[in-house]
Amino acid sequence: MWFYEKKLQYPVRVSTCNPTLAKFLIEQYGGADGELAAALRYLNQRYTIPDKVIGLLTDIGTEEFAHLEMIATMVYKLTKDATPEQLKAAGLGDHYADHDKALFYHNAAGVPFTAAYIQAKGDPIADLYEDIAAEEKARATYQWIINMSDDPDLNDGLRFLREREIIHSQRFREAVEILKEEQGKKKIF
Amino acid sequence: MNKFLRTYHPYVSPFDPCKPILEKTYSTPPNLFMGFQPPNLPQFSPQEALRAGTLWKAFYDPWFNPFEKPKRGETS
Ligand SMILES: [Fe+2]
Repeated sequence: MWFYEKKLQYPVRVSTCNPTLAKFLIEQYGGADGELAAALRYLNQRYTIPDKVIGLLTDIGTEEFAHLEMIATMVYKLTKDATPEQLKAAGLGDHYADHDKALFYHNAAGVPFTAAYIQAKGDPIADLYEDIAAEEKARATYQWIINMSDDPDLNDGLRFLREREIIHSQRFREAVEILKEEQGKKKIF
Repeated sequence: MNKFLRTYHPYVSPFDPCKPILEKTYSTPPNLFMGFQPPNLPQFSPQEALRAGTLWKAFYDPWFNPFEKPKRGETS
């Protein structure tokens, strides 16, 4: 069960009218290493992983939805007042033809989201290593988007999201350490 | 330079079509070095932590576009 808090995890501000950035940001919305893929991957893996790390997957999976909402807000702000001409110039003409200004779960190249992006192997170590890799890939995606954006307010939000990926990766690495712990051996952290 | 960046120097051909980038950088964020987080690490204040995206100073590694101007007291 979830509770919804009607605010963003981190304030989203956008200072320049640059719909092209929306085209890049959509990678983190419906792309292979995006927030939707992350949320669905972690929440689904919870059922076949040792009890000790279920809570971590719940927490991080839930937070990924909060990130998805931030990305959606960024895309919305960047496109809501754009004319069809501006969208066309921003490379969003094909998106507009299909969706008007509606958001859609596809990547920056327009490829629709697929569950094939994520895996549930049922092996706790294999699944956690996939999660670590997913976090590093999402971190890298944020780097490349920040590198293409000269909007300081937008980048401020993206920097926050990238920092969260670093923390998530750290916690998944710690989960691996917990599962490696030998049976019956007491260890104090 | 940021202590979480590493560099390497790719081969440059005399026949490269574009002006070669002599030094390439990549990120090695703090989570690679910590192992299991030890107790009692220094923390940000709650306000700072909300902005930084982490409570723990050791994990703070902000990424900047080289062409963007830092704002609101951020440092790279
Ligand atoms: Fe994440």
